[in-house]
Amino acid sequence: MNRSRRIKLQVFRITVFVVLGAFFLVPVGAMFEFSTRGNSINAPRTLEAWTQIATTPGLGDAIVASLELAAITSILMLVLVLPTMVWVRLRLPRISRIVEFICLMPLTVPAIALVVGVKPIFIWISNFTDSILVLSLGYVILVLPYSYRALDAGLSAIDLKTLSEAARSLGAGWGTVMWRVVVPNMPSAILNACLLSVALVLGEYTFANLMNYENLQVAIAYVGLTSAGTSIAVAVASLIFAFALLLILSFVRRPRTGVAAADPVELDLSKPLALSGAVYGRVGNR
Amino acid sequence: MTTDGRATPRAGVEVRLENLTRKYATTTALDRLTLTLAPGELVALLGPSGCGKTTALRLLAGLEQADSGHVVIAGKDVTNVPANRRNIGMVFQAYSLFPHMSARQNVEFGMQLQHVGAAERRERAREVLDLVGLGPHMDKFAHQLSGGQQQRVALARALAIKPKVLLLDEPLSALDAKVRARLRDEIRRVQLEVGITTLFVTHDQEEALAIADRVGVMQSGHLEQLGPPTEIYSRPATPFVAEFVGLTNRIKGDVRGGAVTVRGTRIPLVDPDVTDGPATALVRPEAVSLASNGEMEDGPLVGTVIAVAFLGAMSRVTVDLGDTIVLAQMATSAASDTPAGTKVRLALRPDPVLIQREEPAATAP
Amino acid sequence: MSAAARPLEGGRRLSLSWIGAVPFFLYVGVFLLLPTAIIVGGSLLTPGGTLSLANFDGIDKPYMFKAFASSIAISSVSAVVGAFVGALLAYAVVTGKPDGILRRSVMSAAGVLAQFGGVTLTFAFIATIGTVGFVYVFLQQHGIDIYPNGHVWLYDLPGLTLIYMYFQIPLMVLVFAPALDGIRPQWREATDSLGGGTWHYWRYIAGPLLFPSFLGCTLLLFANAFSAYATASALLTQGGVILPLQIQALLTSETGSSQPGYAKALALAMIVIVLVVMALYTLLQRRTAHWLR
Repeated sequence: MNRSRRIKLQVFRITVFVVLGAFFLVPVGAMFEFSTRGNSINAPRTLEAWTQIATTPGLGDAIVASLELAAITSILMLVLVLPTMVWVRLRLPRISRIVEFICLMPLTVPAIALVVGVKPIFIWISNFTDSILVLSLGYVILVLPYSYRALDAGLSAIDLKTLSEAARSLGAGWGTVMWRVVVPNMPSAILNACLLSVALVLGEYTFANLMNYENLQVAIAYVGLTSAGTSIAVAVASLIFAFALLLILSFVRRPRTGVAAADPVELDLSKPLALSGAVYGRVGNR
Repeated sequence: MTTDGRATPRAGVEVRLENLTRKYATTTALDRLTLTLAPGELVALLGPSGCGKTTALRLLAGLEQADSGHVVIAGKDVTNVPANRRNIGMVFQAYSLFPHMSARQNVEFGMQLQHVGAAERRERAREVLDLVGLGPHMDKFAHQLSGGQQQRVALARALAIKPKVLLLDEPLSALDAKVRARLRDEIRRVQLEVGITTLFVTHDQEEALAIADRVGVMQSGHLEQLGPPTEIYSRPATPFVAEFVGLTNRIKGDVRGGAVTVRGTRIPLVDPDVTDGPATALVRPEAVSLASNGEMEDGPLVGTVIAVAFLGAMSRVTVDLGDTIVLAQMATSAASDTPAGTKVRLALRPDPVLIQREEPAATAP
Repeated sequence: MSAAARPLEGGRRLSLSWIGAVPFFLYVGVFLLLPTAIIVGGSLLTPGGTLSLANFDGIDKPYMFKAFASSIAISSVSAVVGAFVGALLAYAVVTGKPDGILRRSVMSAAGVLAQFGGVTLTFAFIATIGTVGFVYVFLQQHGIDIYPNGHVWLYDLPGLTLIYMYFQIPLMVLVFAPALDGIRPQWREATDSLGGGTWHYWRYIAGPLLFPSFLGCTLLLFANAFSAYATASALLTQGGVILPLQIQALLTSETGSSQPGYAKALALAMIVIVLVVMALYTLLQRRTAHWLR
């Protein structure tokens, strides 16, 4: 690329990053600013709103509830989806399209529409328990597409069939195959699926609000009516928490260099390619 | 070949690279490279990756700019002319076809940019696609063509704009061996037919030797040797060329009076003006012959065959001499007398050889 | 899926295989397929069990029409603008170092922000350009009033559209960056060597190659905005402005609703619209799949 073209490109990139950086960072900064305001315009900065998080009634419970929901949803999702995906790949490959279709279905059914159909079921469930944790039953459905994709990527990267056949020829049962062979071979995909689930559950509002449960987001909205500073402080905290989770995730997602080496022919041919390959940087997005 | 308007061999133009230097952040990719391509000549630049051959080609194409030096095409200095005004045809390693266009649309695209009329465009596209043997497939898209066919289309596309120079950047390296050999000959045929001055970059010595009028062997940004294929192979100018092109045995010897004595055999030197002392002689496998009949007394050239590699008409025999291993190449019929395990005596043909000193410093008196 | 379809396996083996998938199908049956069936059945069947469109009767009321129109308007505007801006950002990202820190942080930030929405996001904009917001106050001190005539459009559809940009742009970056990555540098160089300049490259090569994907991504953004509920619920005090808020109103005041099938009918309408849009999106993505591999 010649120099003037490169300079033009750099100017374009810097402009885009500065303008959009401002658009995305200023609101977050403004939340910080807002959450540290005193009672009047000229009052000194104070962390009062932040310290009130602990004492605001209902808020603590909602935070704990949302964290519990996140954990339960992740575990439930893993227990339900991962063995099924492994089983389908190994024993029922012909229904894999159906499973995929079902798992991706929530992408085309908006949560606000799904809740209309789910609500009667939850009203029935509330005959047995009034715990908020039952929400995780619905959240598993909401996280299904994301966790399916993450786990599918992980499973595609390992030679599941050979690994499980090797394990079974050594005398392992299905449980052992899952625990000792599948899970240890795709830690990043599993972590990926869990982190996505956690992020989604912590931000969930639709189900909880319309089925009258008080999770974190509902509580923030509720507290916001009386004490804007505190609810914004919680909002900032939850945002930073989610960002940290997904930042971890992006580092877990590092490209696997070992996979290409499995095929010596391709490796040989792609040697000169590897140089130009770096230019268009396909990191392995499937 | 002058049956119609197109096939009139275009008189190729002279191309000169003068003192081209290109530095990257940490490395010098090209160090004062000077190279002249005669009109209509095909020069292959050969070398390991990172030797600067691709940089040379990209500077000639105008895709990169030199830090210093000049590019002269047909007597005109084009050093500062951007790539899109140099009128150069280029074939890339792979994946360069526009995927949303059929083969014919790809070929017509360059002519479209030159404002060639639709009728002529269509006709010329058909001609060049016929020339590369792809006439029947001209309405297919890249993903419907094999790798070899894609590269033929790329060649047709490059030629369709009637370029002054044709540049081929490892055009065969992404193909499998069989297709590679066939397409290589095809490229040469087309190049001769069109008569265009061509620079061909490759890391494959067989390819370079087979296709080029002259081969330039490059290392670390400069030309090690430039000459016809036979000369490059049989009279390598430097140890690097000797080792990079073809197989070479490295056998320790002793230089005395303009010849080197290797395991009791005296072999003349390519360059007799060297000081005496120990050195490594570079001996081609085909200069090594072997005999298995008669008494095998232990001697410096007696050893055991440890492997015989069948290469078709020729075979390569690996012989263990105890302290070193030597490759010998011969007709397969000769090699069949000496299966692995046979005790053999080697003979070294007294062709002039190159030598290499262990330590460059050791050559200084 | 009958036993005859798998002649190589004995019946006993086959039934064993199915058992492994049963828990999953039971679960999604109860929490995904049954709710869907409730929506479809509840909206298309009368209490007596006959097929009828009676539940859709309310949809032609003027306020419903307005809610539909508003939903489609803000979804379209936020999708088109978001797609353009997001594509610019994606281009700025992919032209950097492939594995650089900048690319990595922008992509993970996009991952978070595309999921971001609802209450938190609403508060962020209220804290920014609300009437006591940081930026609003700052601009006002410098003589710029972003709410001339006292109309605080933040709490109205324009405000909602602006807030949607905050997750639409990142989503565009996420879905469009792979298409840009599929553009090979050789195509630019080939254009150069054939005598074309920047304009020719974008007009004839990169543009046509990227356009189907761009269009598809815009549709995805549309579906995304169309499905969004939480942000509007937290921002708009006035009810029923857009379709999801109509559903909310029906659900929260459901007890005495004279028409229990109405919410389901609206939900079905939403699902159908999103389904059509997503199908188009998939179609367009598939079209370019072998181009931008």
